Amino acid sequence: MTRTVYLKEILEDEKMIKRRIVQNNFSGVLITFISSLVVVPLVLILFYLLVNGISSINLDFIMNLPKPVGESGGGIFNAIAGSLIIVAVALVLSVPLAVLGGIYLSEYPDSKTAELVRFSNDILQGTPSIVIGIFAWVLVVVPMGHFSAFSGSVALGVMVIPLVLKATEETLKRIPSELREAAAAMGVPYHRVILKVVVPTGLKGIVNGILLGATRISGETAPLLFTAFGSPFMNVNAGKPMSSLPLVIYNYATSPYDEWHKMAWGASLLLIIAVFGINMLARIFVSKKGGR
Amino acid sequence: MSRKSEEPLLQLENLSAYFHDKRIIKDINFSVGRNKVVSIMGPSGCGKTTLIRCVNRMHEMSPGGTATGKIIMDGEDLNKINTIKVRRKIGMVFQRPNPFPTMTIYENVIAGYLLNGIKIPKKISHEIVEDSLSKAALWDEVKDGLNKKGTYLSGGQQQRLCIARALAMNPEILLLDEPTSALDPKATSRIEELVVQLKENVTILMVTHNIAQAARVSDDTAFMYLGELVEYGSTKEMFTVPKDKRTEEYLTGKFG
Ligand SMILES: Nc1ncnc2c1ncn2[C@@H]1O[C@H](COP(=O)(O)OP(=O)(O)OP(=O)(O)O)[C@@H](O)[C@H]1O
Ligand SMILES: [Mg+2]
Repeated sequence: MTRTVYLKEILEDEKMIKRRIVQNNFSGVLITFISSLVVVPLVLILFYLLVNGISSINLDFIMNLPKPVGESGGGIFNAIAGSLIIVAVALVLSVPLAVLGGIYLSEYPDSKTAELVRFSNDILQGTPSIVIGIFAWVLVVVPMGHFSAFSGSVALGVMVIPLVLKATEETLKRIPSELREAAAAMGVPYHRVILKVVVPTGLKGIVNGILLGATRISGETAPLLFTAFGSPFMNVNAGKPMSSLPLVIYNYATSPYDEWHKMAWGASLLLIIAVFGINMLARIFVSKKGGR
Repeated sequence: MSRKSEEPLLQLENLSAYFHDKRIIKDINFSVGRNKVVSIMGPSGCGKTTLIRCVNRMHEMSPGGTATGKIIMDGEDLNKINTIKVRRKIGMVFQRPNPFPTMTIYENVIAGYLLNGIKIPKKISHEIVEDSLSKAALWDEVKDGLNKKGTYLSGGQQQRLCIARALAMNPEILLLDEPTSALDPKATSRIEELVVQLKENVTILMVTHNIAQAARVSDDTAFMYLGELVEYGSTKEMFTVPKDKRTEEYLTGKFG
């Protein structure tokens, strides 16, 4: 039997082919099933939040300030505004640093400094949020002598640096070096290559990283406990204590009052909806604006 | 200016290039006359790309890339001039097309100006775009969609876009790395015509695997083998009476 005949026989064996088709279909079903398990926790969380929280969400809840204990009604407008301010300031403080760091790691990957930055960044990423909270407390709250939204932003900013930095580095590293060379071959100085070619080409990935970082820190509670601290009043002054959604959830959920429990559920649902919204935004942003 | 036009424009003296410790091209010596087209030929992996990347000093940008020896242009040692200046005089079209994905076709053509922050009046930039794209045999295909992204074009169209982008910078020397390997016969002959026509103002070093193409457009040919320059001289002579056995074998299709 020649080799070609032999190979033809084993390659076209009907029984083998049928078996492989069955195997293929089976493994397809199995993989789909196992991966859909990932969705289960999310669905359960959403379900509980909807069941318990939907009744507390209405316009008053969103637009009003909290009422003192004992009075019914009241909302969490100050916490919503506080969350927005604290997270926004955190991003303003950290994003420039993180993006520059990510650019540095992607464009000068082998330098000694890069090694150090990459190592520190990985450690920072693994640092418990409560420790970062203490750090901000020592660094900002103690010298200032009181709690402040700003110190909360510092804590959240430190937390988000590793995420944005990694996202930037990974995105830029995936940009083919041919593009950098195309620009360099026209006599473009390297800093302009980075600014005008590398960053614009990777912009989607960077912005996506920032948005995901924002969702990550918008739910953080521990670093805010002894920094932003929380406040029952409307406050837009970053130098003073400020409320935020996770703090309100924490305070209301651990209170003895049923009505506050309900408000905690409502605030939780609101927070999840916001996180969901930002994620959608990131997805739309990544899929739009053409290009490759 | 006292320089005579018979003087060679470009001289390579003992040029060697390395990737880390590995010597890729070895002691290359040749000179290129003004307004000449030189083909660089040789089997795959023999160092053609590396050689032309040394000329505009792109080789030293590759990780582990170093070079020794001299590259003299117009009497000036290019190793002593800032790479930015070198590369504005010496344009390059890469083996694989690499248009900027964030830019439109129009912007890709004038990318050299945009990226360098050189301001040019609208009217002139329109002229540069139309002129460069026409020369690169792409104008008719894209003139109605200049605002589309450059990466929407086919591979061969992208290659011509990259040729246009290099032409837009008015280089004195143009390095072409297999510029027609992804093109159909019609576009290929347009590019060949362009090369011949460009000779009036530009000196061209062109890597090609296409023997007929080298015969059609180039004045001189450099034949490389395993990093060495085996033979250099007039294309016509080399193709009719090759001096080296390896050249003869390559030209008759025995290897490569
Ligand atoms: N980035 C790199 N790092 C290490 N070695 C490399 C690198 N690029 C190329 N080489 C090696 O250098 C040698 C010459 O490569 P080069 O690209 O110059 O060949 P070439 O003549 O252009 O080949 P082709 O006709 O296939 O394009 C090859 O042996 C290759 O393995
Ligand atoms: Mg090559």
